[in-house]
Amino acid sequence: MIHAENLTKRFKETLAVDGLNLNVSEGEVFGFLGPNGAGKTTTVRMLTSLISPTGGSATVAGFSLGRQDTEIRRTVGVLTETPGMYDNLSAEYNLRIFAELYEVKDVPGQIEKFLKMLGLWERRFDATGTFSKGMKQKLAIARALLHEPRILFLDEPTASLDPEGAHLVREFIVELKKEGRTIFLCTHNLDEADHLCDRVGVFKTRLLVVDTPARLRASVFGRKVVFHLRFADETSAEHVRKLPFVREVKVVENKLVVTLDEPERRNPEIVRTLVNVGADVQYVGELRHSLEDVYLQLVKTA
Amino acid sequence: MNKIKTIIRKEWAEVFKNRMVIFTIVFLPLLMTAIPLGVIYSTRGTTSDSGNAINGQLPSEMTQSLCPNGLSGSDCFQVYMVSEFMMLFMLVPVAIPVTIAAYSIVGEKTTRSLEPLLATPITTAELLVGKCLAAVIPAILATYAAFGIFALGTWVIVANKVLLAALLDARWLIAIFIVGPLLALLAVVFSLMISSRVNDPRVAEQISMIIILPVLGGFFGQVAGLFVLNKQIISVIAFVMLALDTLMVYLATRVFQREQILTRWK
Repeated sequence: MIHAENLTKRFKETLAVDGLNLNVSEGEVFGFLGPNGAGKTTTVRMLTSLISPTGGSATVAGFSLGRQDTEIRRTVGVLTETPGMYDNLSAEYNLRIFAELYEVKDVPGQIEKFLKMLGLWERRFDATGTFSKGMKQKLAIARALLHEPRILFLDEPTASLDPEGAHLVREFIVELKKEGRTIFLCTHNLDEADHLCDRVGVFKTRLLVVDTPARLRASVFGRKVVFHLRFADETSAEHVRKLPFVREVKVVENKLVVTLDEPERRNPEIVRTLVNVGADVQYVGELRHSLEDVYLQLVKTA
Repeated sequence: MNKIKTIIRKEWAEVFKNRMVIFTIVFLPLLMTAIPLGVIYSTRGTTSDSGNAINGQLPSEMTQSLCPNGLSGSDCFQVYMVSEFMMLFMLVPVAIPVTIAAYSIVGEKTTRSLEPLLATPITTAELLVGKCLAAVIPAILATYAAFGIFALGTWVIVANKVLLAALLDARWLIAIFIVGPLLALLAVVFSLMISSRVNDPRVAEQISMIIILPVLGGFFGQVAGLFVLNKQIISVIAFVMLALDTLMVYLATRVFQREQILTRWK
């Protein structure tokens, strides 16, 4: 659905996006992670044909960037970083304007559908200036969806929302995912990306890495399994180290932290080894690095 | 076309919730109508002798071009006085749209609504035309309404048909129905250009108000006796305005770049 090849954007002396190569499949939720000023918003603006690239090419929903910009804008939905509502106008009128600009056929029907879906129907005649940040954000999501876009670009959808508001928006994104929409999600919230995204890309002017959150964790830190023993010591650790598939073993209090590939297949053998040398295995669990750890590691070394 | 209508309706829905804008749209035309009507009313009782005395002091070019045969000195003085206010009347189609258009783009920048708007399939031309018409139409309607009141008031106050015809002659019709809309368009396009280049609505309004200066200059020039607004001069002004409008519309389409407007804004 989204295909970028060497996409580049330069503002005079500043290189904002450096040769982005990217493929996002239909129905995929793609997390676009990166620090402030990394060029995420610039990338979204290019892919939504708000600004033109200075190099490279891209297609969005099969439409070519630069040649079919109006078609791209008609096909995608965009949630910008700030909701940007017409505060003097009612929620219903705000949506009506955009429904008409997107040439929605059943304007009242679509407005009712999304206002009800996002719990704003009762407040439809209120000026949006009286809305909370969360309500405005939900209204902005409704605005981005009015024309039923196949691709949705969400730029920091939960930023500045309280936990309840953020939770509601995340649940809504899950619903959109179930409907099979392709979602390009820019976020700073790494738990959110971990929870929602099929794949994530870490971006800092250029794309540092793209993969599923699980594989990213494994590739950056390796997979670690913790064996909780009644008494863990160097002797039991040494026996585990001798196993050919084990990359590293550390003794931490009464635990052995073992780095290895394919723990699902190898763990039983480690357990057998430990039992054979007389260790009492209490329980086994995988040590999960957060996506934040992965992100910080990647951005630090970029 | 539908998108242009949507933009116009949106602009009006926003603008007419602002009481200051409504005040400007209503008060200014009423003021500019009341002044010449007041002059006609207050000078209607001028005696023929004093009128002839005043008439003798009027520029000969004025009496030749503005006072048809059959007008007494006092009647001709009324025509002269009202003609002085014609340039002031032309402030209506300039000042009203400036108030609306100056805020048009920069206002969307400050409320951050410009990016979602530009993300829709609307073309730059549709957006510009919509915003332009949203400011020009109220200005023209207000000008026409003010002129209607002026014409009606003049008809009520003035009994002399020759004087009535001289007060509401071709000069006024060209000024109101041709120069007025052209002035309004010029003011709007200029204000939109300014609005798209600055980051503060106050700056946009202040710079846009520069467009009023030539009109005021014309008024003071006429009062000072530098020229008399006759039919020929007003026709020339209309042609100059047409040329200026064409130039400004061309410049506006060059200046109004979606990307520039988005990325220059911080």
